[in-house]
Formats: sequence, structure tokens, C-alpha cells
Amino acid sequence: MAMYNDKVMDHFMNPRNVGEIENPDGVGEVGNIRCGDIMKIYLRINEDEVIEDIKFRTFGCGSAVASSSIATELIKGKTVKEALKITNKDVLRELGGLPVIKVHCSVLAEQALKAAVLDYATKTGKHYEELDGFNPEEEHEH
Amino acid sequence: MKRIYLDNSATTQLKPEVLDVMIEALKNHNFNAASAHSYGQEGKLDLAKARETIANFVGAEPREIYFTSGGTESDNWAVHIAKKTKKGKHMITTTVEHHAMLHTMEEAQKEGYDVTFLPVDEYGLVTAKQVEEALREDTILISILYGNNEIGTVMPIEEIGAVAKAHNILFHTDAVQAVGNVPLDLSNSTIDMMSFSAHKIYGPKGIGSLFIRKTVRPYAFIHGGAQERGYRGGTDNLPSIMGFAKACELAGENLAGHISRLTTLRDKLIHGILERVPHCKLNGHPTKRLPGNVNISFEFIEGESILLMLDMTGIAASSGSACTSGSLDPSHVLMGIGLSHEIAHGSLRMTLGDFTREEDIDYVLEKLPPIIQRLREMSPLYEEEMRKQNGNV
Repeated sequence: MAMYNDKVMDHFMNPRNVGEIENPDGVGEVGNIRCGDIMKIYLRINEDEVIEDIKFRTFGCGSAVASSSIATELIKGKTVKEALKITNKDVLRELGGLPVIKVHCSVLAEQALKAAVLDYATKTGKHYEELDGFNPEEEHEH
Repeated sequence: MKRIYLDNSATTQLKPEVLDVMIEALKNHNFNAASAHSYGQEGKLDLAKARETIANFVGAEPREIYFTSGGTESDNWAVHIAKKTKKGKHMITTTVEHHAMLHTMEEAQKEGYDVTFLPVDEYGLVTAKQVEEALREDTILISILYGNNEIGTVMPIEEIGAVAKAHNILFHTDAVQAVGNVPLDLSNSTIDMMSFSAHKIYGPKGIGSLFIRKTVRPYAFIHGGAQERGYRGGTDNLPSIMGFAKACELAGENLAGHISRLTTLRDKLIHGILERVPHCKLNGHPTKRLPGNVNISFEFIEGESILLMLDMTGIAASSGSACTSGSLDPSHVLMGIGLSHEIAHGSLRMTLGDFTREEDIDYVLEKLPPIIQRLREMSPLYEEEMRKQNGNV
């Protein structure tokens, strides 16, 4: 199908890091059923604030799943602060682009990561200025 | 890789006999039927023969068959005829029409017409009673989709038509999906105008017809030459019209056999999926249904993902999810029958046709359930459901 490029199809058909982490250090879920995509991220974060492991589950179309998969690859191994700098533009670049009407799907992972880190920060009493003003309950634009 | 085409409601593939007729027409019958010379006269004869074949197939008189570019133009034209020839500002249709009718009616609203969009029940049906109750003094048109292109539901067209007749109101039906798939005889029918199209019945694209009963006054929508008794200008598309006629002839040869064969395959596919896959439901009516239509919603997953994975196994299907419709909302038909967003997003439509074989159905029944399971294992909604089931909320 020419709808998506080979890289997107690879990440859709063979998504990396699908699943969950038992007793995770952070969990976040964003999206809503109305728009048709929801992503949940689990994080394992060590003492040096490095994201050692990440797992995800996504309800959504091909581009939502592929965006989720590639984002987890970008996030894994980074410190929390580094990971929070990743935006949907990075996801799009890594995927080699998405059809115009699917670009909104790439925002999902960025938001889900923030939600998971917020959960981690709340549990550990940490503060990340990157999360100031972020509300995971807010329906994101798309 | 196997290639199994289960999107026959989107379009069908040409039957070889139709292709033969069209190639022959393009080579040797490609004249202007309006020309006075002998070539033109041959064209005129071809055109008359084709019109007669098509008329016979639907039980109409040849002069009641007007050629158009297809179902969309026919729907637009039918509304135009009502506007131009009837006095009144009110029209009645349903919420589950094809966009060709829905958007035409919305355009009429902008022009100042009142349009009643009748809601449907959970199966996608409206009743004659609903239509009767919606009637007004100034109602000029009732237009009801015969067979639903998404969920396959077949409306009680003649019952609704009887209401229209009793109140002397123009009655149109978009029968693009129904023609060639339901028994139809316009010589014994309440239908005043009917849209249908060649490419849904193994004929070419870009050609269709609006049946306009001889008792109805036509009014031109596309202005031009004297073609189609002066009501639809444009040089007759003879090769396509001849292909259309061949497709009708073939469909008419064994309509009952076609319906019963597809119905059997359809029900095998529906029941096979419902038995093998938990948490899914059939959309549309179980029996008042187009013979080739299967539409099932799978909980916890999204339709486009199912399509993509099926496509990788060679199976072509479609979905009413927002992602495939290119808008934010799932299809108006699925919302119209009262599905929640989640269930609507997880819809999968497979439409069977004359080229579908029983082994294709077996192949789908083998490939589809693991795809559903795989996508569910990726879904946070399924994870939640499993937790609930394990009493670990």
C-alpha cells in the first residue's frame, strides 16, 4: 500500500517496545476515543534519571502505532530531561514523514511521554520545568 | 501473495464479457450517435439497443432510462428535478444516505429548503410511518437510499413509496448498491426516480443512469445538446453505455443465483468471524441486508490498523473509522445507527462480489482473527478490559 512509506509500515507491522512494565516508575495515557487514538506509556527510570526501559500500548491507526513505536526508540536510554526535548517533529523526521492528514498522530507520543514523566515526578517529588502548564487531561488538538 | 478483493461496494472489477464489448465498441462503434451520416446512425442504433437492454433489466421502458456520469450525478439530478418542477420547500431523506445525496440535500438547505433527515434504528432502517409523519403540505421530494453502501441495510422501499404515492409526492431512491443485488421490477413499483451505476455491477466507471418514470416531468440538470431527449446534454459515451448494457444483461441472466450464492458466502463470513473473535458485533440488519455486505465492529481497536494488516496478507477491505474517512469523526452511517465512537472506529467492511470464492472466505477467516488479537494486545483499551475481567481494576 502506498499510503505510508516503508519505514512507517515497518514500525506499524513490527512495533518496538510494545507491552507494559510491572511496577513502572511512571505511567501516562493521553488521547481520546472520539478522535480515535490513545497512547499509554510505561517508564522504568534509574537513579540517574535515565529512562532505562519504555513500553507502550496504542489504540489508533497505522501512523499512530508507527509514531508510538519510533518515539519509544528515540526515548529509550535518554535522561528524562533529554527525552522531554523530543517533539513530534523528531518523530516525523525519523519516520520519513506522514501523510498530511496523519501528522496529528505524531503528537501523541510527545504528549504521552510528558504524562508518564509527570506521573514519575509526582511520585518522586521531582520538578521538571518542561512540564509546567502541561495537563494530560486536556484534550489535545486534533 | 494472494490477492483477495473484498471492496466490491467501492467498485467492482470489469467482467471479461463487458471488457470485450467495450474494446469492440472503442474499436468499431466509437461514433457520435447524434451525427446524421451512416456512422452516426450505427451509433444511434447501438445506443437504442443498450438503452433497451438496461431498461429490460430494471423493468423500465427505454425512454425512462437517462444516461448520466454515474450515481452521484443521478442523485444531484433527482433533487434538481424536484426543485425545478414542484412547488414547495420541504424534502425528506435519512441520516444514512450516501454523501451524493446527503451533501446535495445540505446544499438545498443553504438555498432555503427545509430538509428532514429521518433518524434510523439500530439496524439502519427507517419506516414508512416515520416518512408519513414527516410529510408536510409543501413536501416535494422523498429520497431514501435503497441499500446502504456501508452497512448493507436494505430499506422497505416499496412501503415508503406507497406513502409517497398516496400523498402524490415525488419518490426517489439511490439504488446504486441495490441494483443487481436485490430483485427489482420498476414496472411494478412505487419508485418515481432511481439512481444506479455501472461500476457497481461489473461495468465501467463514469456511466450510470437516472430512471425517470414517464409520468414524472424531467428537467435538465446538465444543459447542452439534444441527447437524452434534450434533458442531459453531452455526447453519448457509447463504449461505456454498451459496457453498462452488457453488465446489466449479465446481471439479469442469473440474479437469483448471484443473490443466493453471495448471501451464503456473506453469512459464512459473518458467522465465522462472530464465532472466532470475541468482543465484536455485526453492523446493519442480519437479514434485510445486501447479499455481499459484511460490516463488523471490533472493540478496543481501530479500523485503519485492521485494514493495513489485512492488506499485508493480500486482503482488500474498508473501514468507517475517522482515520480512513479523512475526517475527525467516524462515518455518519455508523454514528447514525447509534454506535459509540469506540465501536465505530473499530469497524471493518468487507463487500463480496461475483469474483469472490469460498476459499477466499476461508482465507479471511484464517487471517483475520490473529490480526484482531495482535492489535488488541497493542491496545491500552484492551489492557483495561483484561484487568477488569481479571478482577484487578
